[in-house]
Amino acid sequence: MENKIIPETEQQHHAFLAENTDFEVRSLDAVCFNESELKHPWWYNFKYAITGILFGVILIKAEVISWFRIQEMFRLQSFHMFGVIGSAVVTGIISVWLIRKFKVKTIYGEPIEIPKKKFSQGQIYGGLMFGFGWALTGACPGPLFAQIGTGATVIVITLFSAIAGTWLYGRLREQLPH
Amino acid sequence: MSFLDWIRQPWPWYVAGPLIGLTVPVLLIIGNKTFGVSSSLRHICAACIPANIPFFKYDWKKEIWNLFFVAGIVVGAFIAFNLLNNPDTVQVHPNLAKEMQGYGVTDYRGLVPSELFNWSSLFTVKGFILMVVGGLLVGFGTRYAGGCTSGHAIMGLSSLQFPSLVATLSFMAGGFIVANLILPIILKL
Repeated sequence: MENKIIPETEQQHHAFLAENTDFEVRSLDAVCFNESELKHPWWYNFKYAITGILFGVILIKAEVISWFRIQEMFRLQSFHMFGVIGSAVVTGIISVWLIRKFKVKTIYGEPIEIPKKKFSQGQIYGGLMFGFGWALTGACPGPLFAQIGTGATVIVITLFSAIAGTWLYGRLREQLPH
Repeated sequence: MSFLDWIRQPWPWYVAGPLIGLTVPVLLIIGNKTFGVSSSLRHICAACIPANIPFFKYDWKKEIWNLFFVAGIVVGAFIAFNLLNNPDTVQVHPNLAKEMQGYGVTDYRGLVPSELFNWSSLFTVKGFILMVVGGLLVGFGTRYAGGCTSGHAIMGLSSLQFPSLVATLSFMAGGFIVANLILPIILKL
């Protein structure tokens, strides 16, 4: 890849996100390394929709979005959820290790970047809060979308509520310990 | 057994887990994206209700891939539930079934128990706590923690990040507390 000059807006985007996502450096930062994305037509995003479709099918077929499976997990009555998450993590670790070892590039030839996460107290307080919500709703954010897809229309309310929760966090962020 | 019958069975953990894990390299390779779902909630806030809050003042359009991804989850779930559905109801541990029966939960057809999650129970204390308060905690908690099961437990642990281990253990601790100590009280309401 030739070295391109990053447009000023792109630089501002990068600077802002680096500052504003101090502890949650995730996809938000990854985009900054992916300069070529700007040149792609919008419909290139359909490849992510296809990945999402496959992910949604797996979530349903593995029953990991079943409220009952989540209750079993938290009551240690079934190995299923631990097996799913555990084997997903092992597969992920091996994949990331292979990507790093063989310096695998993206399909556009760019080096793959995995942003580092910074420690914050939010991972404890926020993590506990999310755990509380997970046990109540039986869903993390991915499964919320999947439950709606299965026709459980009332979960739209839970999703709106989760969006409201995210907004509330953004609103109160300055006052919270991190 | 036809292929369709075969694929309609619930998939065991050792099939589903590795497939979920493969989402990590797939997203990295097709566009340098790190797997994570809860950010989509932030992008929706940034797109619809930024309200001049610094946390939501960024160019969400650059993160639109994430919204395509979650839209895909809805479609995928629709396909799996309607075309590849398991003809039998979900099999749960007998102790859980017994406990749930005590709360009047006996319908195992859906992925969420219809007795607890429905439009009319939304306006009861129990339904409000399960759906509205639960949702708020999920949205607030994931953003405060900087990720959810996908971003921290799967993506973060896959790249061996210590903060993600802290977050994952906190998710689990929170879930254990509520499922065992608080939920039984709520379900009796």
